[in-house]
Amino acid sequence: MDAVYFLVQQMMFFSIPLLIVALGGMFSERSGVVNIALEGIMVSGAFTSILLISLLQSGMSGQALLLLAVLVAVLTGMAFSLLHAYAAVSLRSDQTISGTALNMIAPASAIYLARMIQPNGVQQIEFTNTFRIPRVPLLGDIPVLGPMFFRNAYLTTYIGIIIFLAAAFVLYRTRFGLRLRACGEHPQAADSVGINVYRMRYAGVLISGALAGLGGLVYVIPTSTNFNATVSGYGFLALAVLIFGQWKPLRILVAAFFFGLMKTIASAYSGIPILQGLGIPSDIYKMVPFIATLIALAFTSKRSQAPRASGVPYDKGQR
Amino acid sequence: MHRIRKGLSGMSASLLAILAGLLAGFLILLISNPANALKGLGMVLMGGWNNGMKGVGQVLYYATPLIMTGLSVGFAFKTGMFNIGAAGQLMVGGFVSVYVGATWTFLPGAWHWVVALLLGMLAGSLWGMVVGLFKALLNVHEVITSIMLNYIGMYGINYLIKNSHLFDALKNQTVNVAPNAVIPKAGLDRVFYILKGAYHDASSVNAGILIAIGLALLVYVVLNKTTFGYELKACGHNRHASRYAGISENRAIITSMAIAGGLAGVAGALMYLAPPSGMHIHVAEVLAAQGFNGIAVALLGMSNPIGIIFTGLFIAHITVGGAYLQSLKYMKEIIEVIIGLIIYFSAFSLLVRDVIAAAGRRRARREQARGQEREAD
Repeated sequence: MDAVYFLVQQMMFFSIPLLIVALGGMFSERSGVVNIALEGIMVSGAFTSILLISLLQSGMSGQALLLLAVLVAVLTGMAFSLLHAYAAVSLRSDQTISGTALNMIAPASAIYLARMIQPNGVQQIEFTNTFRIPRVPLLGDIPVLGPMFFRNAYLTTYIGIIIFLAAAFVLYRTRFGLRLRACGEHPQAADSVGINVYRMRYAGVLISGALAGLGGLVYVIPTSTNFNATVSGYGFLALAVLIFGQWKPLRILVAAFFFGLMKTIASAYSGIPILQGLGIPSDIYKMVPFIATLIALAFTSKRSQAPRASGVPYDKGQR
Repeated sequence: MHRIRKGLSGMSASLLAILAGLLAGFLILLISNPANALKGLGMVLMGGWNNGMKGVGQVLYYATPLIMTGLSVGFAFKTGMFNIGAAGQLMVGGFVSVYVGATWTFLPGAWHWVVALLLGMLAGSLWGMVVGLFKALLNVHEVITSIMLNYIGMYGINYLIKNSHLFDALKNQTVNVAPNAVIPKAGLDRVFYILKGAYHDASSVNAGILIAIGLALLVYVVLNKTTFGYELKACGHNRHASRYAGISENRAIITSMAIAGGLAGVAGALMYLAPPSGMHIHVAEVLAAQGFNGIAVALLGMSNPIGIIFTGLFIAHITVGGAYLQSLKYMKEIIEVIIGLIIYFSAFSLLVRDVIAAAGRRRARREQARGQEREAD
């Protein structure tokens, strides 16, 4: 049973950042803007928030510091994504252009700034992890569920779940969500009933920036003790999770957990007696999440359909 | 005439983007260390010339894989596909080339590198074709398949290298390929060198750059002068209309991804069919950066094969120049920031084009008005 608890705890570290960032991408794409800059935005959010932690950790620690870092990550992501929104929405440029640009600018400037700001002049930003919650009071004592979800946990995991619930609610149960989706399906029609398409698309991209920035921090905190200007392709994986989840919140949740579980098995197989006994080399295990995703997609994508206007700049003059 | 004008306004937009990006880079240099900023900008602009003809040779050498991955991404763009998988196709192609180059020593003379190159291309092509097959037959988005195949290729190659005689465990990389499998110099080493006393210090440039330019021209011809290329582009522009015109969309998707993969495979082959002092495949969990930089090259070159030759050369040029910045205590990452900014500013091209067009319209109106005045006189 301990192995199962361990697996679930580990799975959260992989799944939650994917979930948060993919949900962010969902808001952008459902508004009609493809956002391949998720990777770069994650790096930007992780950079400022981890830098903040490393600067403040002598005076602060624990959940208060983490919450402050969350705020900084969100704000950085939003500010950085504004660049993408401006090019993709206001300038009506090809949306892969600014996305690619942001993906190049973020890691390079993170290294550049880290080496300039840090007194020791290195690109890695070290931090001490004081954020792990060994056992949530009361909830941690629930049999089975307690050890799975409320021990060795991070506050960010619960933030991720709340974001999921909020995202599903906003997208399907609010006027804002309806309008956002309309702009991603048929912006001309949305415009004709008085919705400001540009403003909705800005909103979509900014939400994706906020969540991707946060996702960068959420990815780094449990898996490392320093930030080296990379989130190891998680932004691109989140993009894959978004498509795997067919641009719908619940499916994205399933996709993120499916991928996270596969990834956990791949990295922690040596702790699972049955898998250890098979004697399969680690490189093969590492391929499993990607192959499994491809197979799952092959069976589930036949009727998958991206938001119809996603990737198409909206030109009011061409209505 | 119209096409030429469109090409020119596109080029001027790219040039303006480059200018703006360099200016922004200069500002960053100014902020981080004002004293050396002007000298630093000069170094970036000089690129390879900082080290004479050897440096120029290095620019050509670094440009080779960039041009190839740029062609790969650009070709897929033309058919409306986003090939974010050039990194994986490059690695798979490179691996097969190294395998053939290191083991098939029975191949005589120049046949060895030619066969290794062709099989590398074929391997990359198959890797890319999987993306096309998934898209055409199973409706799986090409971006997701490409990303998955990048990682599958990377881990798979690591496994195959570690468990074969191709592994140099001491250096954690592949072994040297046979001398016959190395891409020949084609006399370029006698052009691009500097003299150190009596010693010719030659650059690493080889026939790869000629192959890359040749393939770019070939791609240009295929896209612009053949029915096949026309059909591929038609699918990219409007797949419903092209289906109506009797073009098989599925065939176009599969073949264009196979070709894109093959072009990226050649990038890998040209990189790794190198002499002992050159590049080897490192066993590391990192995707080849050239694959992603290919997206930048293709975008800046506006997916035009000829444009891609120049943008590949340009990006290699300032990257080599940026390496010398370290002598002025600047971090070389600034070059990637500058390249990113240039690409970002190229998103303004539509704006620039509108401004140019508006200026043209104004002038036309003025002339018309003047003409009317004359008539009135």
